[in-house]
Amino acid sequence: MSLDKDTVRRVARLARIEVAEDRLEVLGQELNQIIGFVEQLDEVDTSSVAPMTSVERQKLRWRADEVTSGGQADKVTANAPSSDMNFFVVPKVVE
Amino acid sequence: MTANSELTGLTLAQARDALAKGDTTSVELTGAYIDAIATARSLNAFVTETPEKAMEMAKASDARRASGTVGAMEGLPLGIKDLFCTKDVLSTASSHILDGFQPPYESTVTQNLWNAGAVMLGKLNMDEFAMGSSNETSYYGPVANPWRPEGDNRTFVPGGSSGGSASSVAAEIVVAATGTDTGGSIRQPASFTGIVGAKPTYGRCSRFGVVAFASSLDQAGPMTRTVQDAAIMMGSMVGFDPMDSTSVDMPVPDFESALTGDIRGLKIGIPAEYRIDGMPAEIEKLWQQGEAWLRDAGAEIVPISLPHTKYALPAYYIVAPAEASSNLARYDGMRFGLRVDGQDLTETYEKTRAEGFGAEVQRRIMIGTYVLSAGYYDAYYLKAQKVRTLIGQDFEQAFGQVDAILTPTAPSAAFAAGEKSGDPIAMYLNDVFTVPASMAGLPGMSVPAGLSDSGMPLGLQVLAPAFDEMTMFRVGGVLESAAAFSARPNKWWLA
Repeated sequence: MSLDKDTVRRVARLARIEVAEDRLEVLGQELNQIIGFVEQLDEVDTSSVAPMTSVERQKLRWRADEVTSGGQADKVTANAPSSDMNFFVVPKVVE
Repeated sequence: MTANSELTGLTLAQARDALAKGDTTSVELTGAYIDAIATARSLNAFVTETPEKAMEMAKASDARRASGTVGAMEGLPLGIKDLFCTKDVLSTASSHILDGFQPPYESTVTQNLWNAGAVMLGKLNMDEFAMGSSNETSYYGPVANPWRPEGDNRTFVPGGSSGGSASSVAAEIVVAATGTDTGGSIRQPASFTGIVGAKPTYGRCSRFGVVAFASSLDQAGPMTRTVQDAAIMMGSMVGFDPMDSTSVDMPVPDFESALTGDIRGLKIGIPAEYRIDGMPAEIEKLWQQGEAWLRDAGAEIVPISLPHTKYALPAYYIVAPAEASSNLARYDGMRFGLRVDGQDLTETYEKTRAEGFGAEVQRRIMIGTYVLSAGYYDAYYLKAQKVRTLIGQDFEQAFGQVDAILTPTAPSAAFAAGEKSGDPIAMYLNDVFTVPASMAGLPGMSVPAGLSDSGMPLGLQVLAPAFDEMTMFRVGGVLESAAAFSARPNKWWLA
């Protein structure tokens, strides 16, 4: 499998990273080098192997569904590039 | 008053004991380190120095000691990798995209260290978002290795991603440092700088407040001058934390008590598959030397096989970027850090992330996005997860026969800056010996064991079964004594 220019453009869009048109080709080559490397895995027979999602054997713990913290809107918004009255200010989303 | 260099020459255990005896104070010790840091800025090991906070914490520590309260890390001045969130102190993950970010909370691991009495000297440089093996991807510039081959004036890399941690410990400008390890980011830089780096079993250290790279792999650990130091510090980092869903609720043993010096009867595995093509003769030689040391100490050497070793690195370069692409989706320019305005919301996201992330981080996000995208998920991501199962099974079978495994930490000594930065795959191969244990979540440590032909440090790696850090430290301690590694970098940065 190899990534052509259109695929790189699509992946960049999905990842929300701006890539200039004249960079697509070079970036595609870099990504193809890595994809080529990981495709070694095709040699391994995994037909009867279950995927590992976590190294841990433990089950996720249950906890009471209750409020443990909150009421800190000032702290939550303190690092925002733009905020107003403890709200995040974002570009207009709805036309 | 004790001379500064005498104070900064103490190991963590020695400094702890000197403080306990009243031979020095935390204020005096911390002051000596603040001075040492100022003389070593050419290493670029720090992103942020916090001398005022350090002195405040040192004074508070001395006051606690005077009132009879002494924690396990009481008064000891540490460097903290900039991947750990520290309350009200700039925390950047060495990325432009976290410009100005001052977390309103503290990571659990650092809080545990402060609760044990430790002092923070500042935040240490690293590869951006912990993605790199040479500390050349930091937005704040590369970190220099304190070591250089004799007569060579080029800058050498300290390894990565915990390069600032490794460099500062080796240069003796911190008593010890925190690191994090996703695929080898504690152990490989430890090997490159002649120090000890230990990664506990996945789940021992809370990930709360540690900037996420690949959540199923990320683990914090200590980077220190000796095995004993690592055992002491790890004891103060680990522990159950309800804030991390993968934190394990298990008793924490006294790691320091593992250093009995006695490994008689232990079975040490030597995995055939780690003898890779093109491995330098000096690495092979050191590995055999390590085997001989452990045999002489009474251990039984057992040849073992880890058949899927070769596939650990390619599987890692699917799993880790996939998790990273998901974790790094949060950097949207809205809630914290950098924002670069565009015509609309999508363009703002795209411009922010294009400017905020460096080249390697962008590459990994895009690989991760690709392998998780519709139509490719099964071929790449699911396949890698299945191979990960096989890697875990390899270790499980091996630990049915042996108590610990000995391997080289890295396939080479530290290389010159710029030597591998143009070739991602060559860079990834640095982690060929560390990644398999990461994929299996196992504890591992690098112990300085010798010098390369050009006089650069080389480490050996000890791997142990899950939650058996005691055996890891026990074997590591014997290895350290046998190697008697006493070489130190000549302090060229003072000139």
